[in-house]
Amino acid sequence: MSIPTTNHTEKIGNANKRKYLLEKVSSKVFLICALLSVFTLLLIIGFVFYKGAHPFVAGGYSFVDFLLGTDWVPSEDKFGILPMIIASIYATIGALIIGVPIGLFTAIFLAEIASKRAAKIISPAIQLLAGIPSVLYGVFGLAIIVPFLQNTLGLVKGQSLIAVILVLAIMMLPTIVTVAETAIRAVPKTYREGSLALGVSQIGTIFRVVVPAAKSGILTAIVLGLGRAIGETMAVILVAGNSLIVPTSLTDSIRPLTTNIALEMGYAAGTHQEMLFATGIVLFSFILILNFVLARISAKGGN
Amino acid sequence: MTTSVMEHTNTTTKQNETGKGISEMEQRKDGASKINVKDLNLFYGEKQALYGVSLDIHEKQVTALIGPSGCGKSTFLRSLNRMNDLIDGVKITGDILIDQENIYNSNDVIKLRTKVGMVFQKPNLFPMSIYDNVAYGPRGQGIKNKKELDKIVEESLRGAAIWDEVKDRLKTSALGLSGGQQQRVCIARAIAMKPDVILMDEPTSALDPISTLKVEELITNMKKDYTIVIVTHNMQQAARISDKTAFFLNGEIVEYDNTDEIFSTPQDQRTEDYVTGRFG
Repeated sequence: MSIPTTNHTEKIGNANKRKYLLEKVSSKVFLICALLSVFTLLLIIGFVFYKGAHPFVAGGYSFVDFLLGTDWVPSEDKFGILPMIIASIYATIGALIIGVPIGLFTAIFLAEIASKRAAKIISPAIQLLAGIPSVLYGVFGLAIIVPFLQNTLGLVKGQSLIAVILVLAIMMLPTIVTVAETAIRAVPKTYREGSLALGVSQIGTIFRVVVPAAKSGILTAIVLGLGRAIGETMAVILVAGNSLIVPTSLTDSIRPLTTNIALEMGYAAGTHQEMLFATGIVLFSFILILNFVLARISAKGGN
Repeated sequence: MTTSVMEHTNTTTKQNETGKGISEMEQRKDGASKINVKDLNLFYGEKQALYGVSLDIHEKQVTALIGPSGCGKSTFLRSLNRMNDLIDGVKITGDILIDQENIYNSNDVIKLRTKVGMVFQKPNLFPMSIYDNVAYGPRGQGIKNKKELDKIVEESLRGAAIWDEVKDRLKTSALGLSGGQQQRVCIARAIAMKPDVILMDEPTSALDPISTLKVEELITNMKKDYTIVIVTHNMQQAARISDKTAFFLNGEIVEYDNTDEIFSTPQDQRTEDYVTGRFG
């Protein structure tokens, strides 16, 4: 009786050994995959900073002049990116002013008001909007928005700050809607019931209880949308006009940070190329600040 | 099925007669009837949850609804302030009269819910300060005057016997209170609307025994001002605090009578089995 039992346990022992080995190996595989993205991130940061910092460390250029200079004339060794910083900031803020209310109201509509059938049609449509390649947004902007602005505002050139704002506002919608909708849906049903049971209307309940309770998620949605707007390049190139001026009106042609890099990197060399990397550092800093803000918001929301 | 329906009809008829007799003679000090439910049927889609429920609820009394889980008592309670309207596919037939007005005739649920307050199973204070929670309803009514709001908040919190515990921390988050305190603030929030009727859906099921005791004391004190309908799983609680008890089973009212009678001399075998703990 005892012999077969031993054999049996030995068999299990062997089988388990294999399992444990497989367990160890696969956990390593997962770890390597996870580290790959961190490694790539560090590589990109390192490379951009190494190339971008070079003219200021070794070339004797002033970083302050780079940030605050208003002239960008690489052939005359002038590298000032203030017009681009301002263009990026204006375009992003403008897109937020238009995109956030529309996105937020859409999210509220989908999560709180729409019938299941309506939501089933609208939700996938918005998600599809996120999947459209950005160059197509640019083409759409160039074919529809730019001529429209040209005709209605009587502009010489329809490529302008306002065109960029409109395209970016549309582009940030899917991000804002999806993230905000999730946040609103996550608000406990008991809050809604509590408010409705106090004789408060549905709209009153949404704005006085549901939206405040989803505040951190909604802020996250806005920051993510903002990140999308500030980093967008392809669509912006097509509708921005790319003039190197500090924009003073909505109809001015602009050149944001991203398009400056994309437009000139192809032929730039030497210091010029390094200055484009430095532009990348500035852009990267914006994104970094946004991520920092995002982390703070989520931490607050966690409490 | 047929027998149970017949039994049910008999019981309600009998109760209705008794109820009438009592209110005419005023021997048992029943107030005027506040809520009259007549032949209420409720369906969730195809599934019927309430079968011909008829019930008269008297003014300034505590009426307890007892019965096993899924028997329809919460569904019934939520019909009284039309919270069932929030669920898709709910269909209702029959009449619910509050102060002789059919609440399903008008679509003014805001007015109805102002008059009929509700306290839920789990404390559901909003993530804002204690003060803002209590002032939430009145503000929705358009009351903006700070002094007036202060007065309402204090009165409501006193009415819910929690003023002394929270008066120094009105501006702090309501979610920092203990569960029992939160539930009493929920009651204060309901009182702030100056309702006539307060519905309570197992208000102590999430509370510890001491908090439960406090809430029960509070309910007993509140009935001089409000008509209270309470759903409870706890039969001792129903016996302790209620004047009338309705026993629900499978979406019907099996028996409805003075609480003493229900617990001492139930007329229906099923009621007896339930209150003596033989099932449920």
